[in-house]
Amino acid sequence: MSLRRLPWALWRAQILSILRLEVKKTFFTRRGFWIYFLAFGPVLLYAFHSFVQLKAGRQGDLGDDTHIFASVFQFFFLRLAIFFGCMGIFINLFRGEVVEKSLHYYFLAPLRREVLVIGKFLSGLLAAAIIFGSSTVLQFIALYCYFGSNTLQEFLFHGHGLEHLAAYLGVTLLACVGYGSVFLAAGLLFRNPLIPTLLVLVWEAVNGFLPALMQKASVIFYLKSLCPVNISESITTERGSLLALIAVNPTPASPAAAILGLLILCAVVLALSTLQVRRMQIDYGTD
Amino acid sequence: MSGQQADQRVVFEDVSKFYGEVLGVNRVNLSIPPGITSLVGPNGSGKTTLMNLMTGLVRPTRGRVTVLGIPPDNPEQLFHKVGYCTQFDSFPKGLTGYQFVYSYLRLSGHPHLVADRLAGQAIERVNLVEAANRQIAGYSKGMRQRIKLAQAMCHKPSALVLDEPLNGLDPLIRAETIALFRSLAQEGRHVIISSHVLHEVDAISDQVVLLSNGYVVAEGQIHGVREEIHEHPMQILVRCNKPGDFASRVFQEDYLVEARILPDGQGVLVKTRDADRFYLLLNRIAQSGINIESVAPADDDVLSVYEYLIGTEESTK
Repeated sequence: MSLRRLPWALWRAQILSILRLEVKKTFFTRRGFWIYFLAFGPVLLYAFHSFVQLKAGRQGDLGDDTHIFASVFQFFFLRLAIFFGCMGIFINLFRGEVVEKSLHYYFLAPLRREVLVIGKFLSGLLAAAIIFGSSTVLQFIALYCYFGSNTLQEFLFHGHGLEHLAAYLGVTLLACVGYGSVFLAAGLLFRNPLIPTLLVLVWEAVNGFLPALMQKASVIFYLKSLCPVNISESITTERGSLLALIAVNPTPASPAAAILGLLILCAVVLALSTLQVRRMQIDYGTD
Repeated sequence: MSGQQADQRVVFEDVSKFYGEVLGVNRVNLSIPPGITSLVGPNGSGKTTLMNLMTGLVRPTRGRVTVLGIPPDNPEQLFHKVGYCTQFDSFPKGLTGYQFVYSYLRLSGHPHLVADRLAGQAIERVNLVEAANRQIAGYSKGMRQRIKLAQAMCHKPSALVLDEPLNGLDPLIRAETIALFRSLAQEGRHVIISSHVLHEVDAISDQVVLLSNGYVVAEGQIHGVREEIHEHPMQILVRCNKPGDFASRVFQEDYLVEARILPDGQGVLVKTRDADRFYLLLNRIAQSGINIESVAPADDDVLSVYEYLIGTEESTK
């Protein structure tokens, strides 16, 4: 069958229906409160920092703050906040339904299982992108808000301010895409989310020490390549610490290659997930 | 069986299902026609497994299943023609009854107006209009059962598969639901019901499938199944004015096993190995001056057949 003759309109309608059902569940759960805490923790930290600076009447240093933002973004926001946030959102897209014994609702509809995987993935992505994207913007505002308006205008419109913000937003979105696909697959393969989470966490942490080819099978490799501020050099020269080893990216990919690589990785993981969902049987008793 | 016939039936061809080493069903061969078919058997006999196999929720370890000509691993076609009311008493979170049915129809690809109309009709058919906009989390067991029924039939499927659909319903709603099944069957649909409430099965089924320990013990119309059980003589209740004379008359026949006068003295319970010859004998007795008021089979029902084939102990479960 040619691509044109496939029922795209039906699939689009079905994906929208899945989104309507899922987004509400993903956004407004009491059990997901910790995700908001992880996402918006840095915003509170930066807001407190700006408040202290304003109160003390100190002039900040844009260069220092840019490095602080870059470091917190890479070490905390990407590797911990988005990582664990995506785990909380995506791993439950299927596993949560098995635990609550409600997955059969989808399996009894005239719905291709591939469409179900894509619909669920997009619903998780929408939630993650809104939560972590808005956090990125708020972090940016909270960190730089204590600078004078002239300095800010100069930084945003004549320096790299807006460019950096756009890049960080893009990296945030791609992180949600990458970690989202990995954790969706993990939720299908493992009953206990702790095991895949630890495996992926370790894999991502040791990424810098792996051979070049194996590095490409991780999400953080592509994300590090896309971050607008390179923090590894300054940390390496200043401290030579474990952080520097984690941050190092000896063979970064070009932006185009990084985006393409991450999307291909995501597509492969999602394709494997659809195979798994096609084989899936409803047997809540054993789960 | 021709392809056209298979397209009208639910067919199991040498189907086995094992959950690891645990037997679900074994070597099942069935061809279920339209009408009300009841799957009867004790807990763990394989009723739900058969239903899950029909709807693709589980896959056979061996053999082949088709529902109206469609294999169950093709959900996008199957569930336009099939509705399944499962035994799972769990629902997607945060939905009202209306949203539960409406969302299913939207998932099926129906546009808003059609989904809204069909959801309304289905909810009306199960008498849940007043509670339709309340959260399912606040529903009683019977209401949850009815909203599941509404979801299973909202898209007007040709085959309805209903796992213990009468569980939790009060007597009035039960009667209404049974009437609903009958009307659906009269429209030419398959209504496949699992139940262990034998007197209900007896009242509503066109045919039964008796299951025990994962095997199909018997299938077909209950009268036909009963006739096949030769080791248990047929029991026939005869109401007449002279039960003593009647008993002494029938005792002369060699195919007669037992004739017992009823405690009220108004009739005789007869056990015979040949019901056809006994009915012929009745004509002659009636001409000899004994007034026969009524004749009715006493063990030509699901309960008796079940007891003979599966056992008394299990039938009480």
